[in-house]
Amino acid sequence: MNWLIDFFGAAANWSGPDGIPARILEHLEFSAAAFLIAAVIAVPLGLLIGHTGRGALLIVVSANAARALPTLGLLVLVVLLIGVGTVLPVLIPLVVLAIPPILVNTYEGVRGVDADLRDAAYGMGLRGGQVLFRVLTPSALPLILLGLRLSAIQVVSTASVAAFVGLGGLGRFIIDGLATKTYSDVIGGAVLIALLALAVQLAFTVLDRVVVSPGVRQVR
Amino acid sequence: MITFEGVTKRYPDGTVAVDDLSLKAPTGAITVFVGPSGCGKTTSLRMINRMIDATSGRILLDDQDVRAIDPPTLRRGIGYVIQQAGLFPHRKIVDNVATVPYLLGWDKKKARARAMELLELVGLDSKLAGRYPFQLSGGQQQRVGVARALAADPPVLLMDEPFSAVDPIVRASLQDELLHLQSELHKTIVFVTHDIDEAIKLGDTVAVLRVGGRLAQMADPATLLSEPADDFVREFLGKDRGIRRLSFVPATGVRLGSAPTDLEVDEDTRPLGWRSNGGLLPYGTFNPERDSLRAALDAALLSPNGTAIAVDGDGRVIGVATRDALDEALTRQGTSPGERVSEPDREVPASDTRRAES
Ligand SMILES: Nc1ncnc2c1ncn2[C@@H]1O[C@H](COP(=O)(O)OP(=O)(O)OP(=O)(O)O)[C@@H](O)[C@H]1O
Ligand SMILES: [Mg+2]
Repeated sequence: MNWLIDFFGAAANWSGPDGIPARILEHLEFSAAAFLIAAVIAVPLGLLIGHTGRGALLIVVSANAARALPTLGLLVLVVLLIGVGTVLPVLIPLVVLAIPPILVNTYEGVRGVDADLRDAAYGMGLRGGQVLFRVLTPSALPLILLGLRLSAIQVVSTASVAAFVGLGGLGRFIIDGLATKTYSDVIGGAVLIALLALAVQLAFTVLDRVVVSPGVRQVR
Repeated sequence: MITFEGVTKRYPDGTVAVDDLSLKAPTGAITVFVGPSGCGKTTSLRMINRMIDATSGRILLDDQDVRAIDPPTLRRGIGYVIQQAGLFPHRKIVDNVATVPYLLGWDKKKARARAMELLELVGLDSKLAGRYPFQLSGGQQQRVGVARALAADPPVLLMDEPFSAVDPIVRASLQDELLHLQSELHKTIVFVTHDIDEAIKLGDTVAVLRVGGRLAQMADPATLLSEPADDFVREFLGKDRGIRRLSFVPATGVRLGSAPTDLEVDEDTRPLGWRSNGGLLPYGTFNPERDSLRAALDAALLSPNGTAIAVDGDGRVIGVATRDALDEALTRQGTSPGERVSEPDREVPASDTRRAES
C-alpha cells in the first residue's frame, strides 16, 4: 500500500516527459497503432476465409502460433534484424501478437452462422458480398468484437516490452524501477497497465452495446 | 407455369436425387411435391430457383429456361420459404419482411409500408413489427417467413416443408391461412412436404415422388385417392382413402326432402334439435352449397335418426337429407369422380387461427 502511495502520491510523477500522463499516452500510442494494424489485416482476412471457406489452414496455423510465440523473443529477433532506434521493433511483435485472436474469432463467427440463415439469404436473392456484409457479419459481430477485445487487452498488457528497447510507455516504470530497485515504480507501473486493460475491457463492453443488434445479442 | 423437362440431378458423389423428372406446375395453382424422405423433393424444388443446378434437362419458368437467368435476379422474383424460417436475427421483423424490396431498391418508407401490409395479410399483429425474430414463437416466425417471401409480390412461391417444425394445431392454422391467402393472391406455388395429408389438403395437384427421384403419380387429390397408380402410391396414401375422397365431392347433388315435424326450430328457422320424449336430441347440419359429401355424411352420423339437416349460409333449415338420399349420392359419385369442392374445408375462421397462437 505504501508503495502505491509513494508512486501515485509523488507530485513529480505526474508531470514531465517521464510522468504518468506522458507514459500512458506513449503506451496507448504503441498499443493503438499495433492494434489497428492487426485489425485492418485480420478482420477482412477472417471474414473472407470464413465466407469462402478457402484458406482455413491459415486460421489453424495462426491459432497455434498464437500459443507458441514468445513476444519477447520475437522482439529481440526483430531488434537483431533491423536494429533499435525506430518504433518498428516494438510494433512488429505486437501486431503479430494481436492478429491471431481477431483472425480466429472473426473466422469462427462467420463459420458459425446457421446454415439455414445463409441458405435463406441466398434464396432471397442476395449476392455473395451482400450475404457477407448484410447477414454474416452482423450475425458474427459478437464474436468479432470478442476477438478484437482479447487482442486489444493483450496488446495493452504486452506493450510494456517497448521499454526493453529504450522506448517509452508504462514499461519504463517497471524496467527502470527494477534497475534502480525503486519498487514503488515497478508496482505503480504494473497497476497502471492493469487499469488500462480494464479500461479497454470497459470500452468494448460499451461498444458491444452500441454496435451489436439486440436481436443477435440475445440469441447468444 | 413451371415446366420440368427431363430434369436429372446427380450429386458429385454419384447420388441420383432426381431422375428424368418431367411435370408442369400450372400458373395460379398449388402443386405439391410429396414423397418419403430422401426422394428428391427438396432437390427438385431448389433447382427451380437455382439454389441447385440440374445436371441435365431443363426447367422453364413460363417460357424461359431458368439457366438463362442470373441466380440472384431469378431468386428476387421467386418467393422462397424454408422449414426453419431463416429470418435474419439482427433485423427487426418489419425489415426482415422488407428484405427483397430493399434489394430491389425500393425506398425505405415504401418497403416498410409494404412490409406492414404483409404482416397484416399473414395475420400478424402490427406490434410485432418492431420485435426481433428471437422474440417470436415458431408459428409466428413461419408467418413472417411467408410474408417475407411475398413482399415483392413474386408470381411464384417455393415452400420447402414450411410448416413441419410447428405443432399440429399451429400447422393446421398455417395451412388454412395459406389457402386463404392463395384464394386472394393466386400465386404459382410449389409446396414440398412428406405429409400426405398436408399434400391432399393444400394441393390442387399432387406429385408423388418415390425414392430415386422418380415421379410415381401426378394428379388432383380426389383422383389420387380414388385411382392410385400403383402399390407404392396406394401405400403412401394410407388408410381411409374412400372416406377422405368424399371431402372432394360437393354435397350440392344430395336430394333434399322437406323438414319433418319432429325437427324443432327457433323463430328464424335455425335448428334446435330433434324432439323426443326426453327432450331435444343432438343433430348435425351441412350446407349443400359449400360443404362436401363427407360433411353431409358426418351430419347424418351426428343425428340419432340418421338424417342430416341442410342449412343455408345463415344456418337456417332448407331441408333434410335422409339416409336414402345420402346413399343415392354416394352411389352416384362412386361412378363419376366428382369435381373438387372449392371452399368448405378451406374457410378460415380468422379469429380462431390467431387465438391458437397467441
Ligand atoms: N449435397 C448433396 N450431396 C450428395 N447427396 C445429396 C446432397 N443433397 C441431397 N443428397 C441426396 O439426394 C437425395 C435427395 O435429397 P433431398 O434433400 O432432395 O430429399 P428430400 O426428398 O427433400 O428428403 P427430406 O424429406 O428428408 O427432406 C437423398 O438421397 C440425399 O441424400
Ligand atoms: Mg427436403
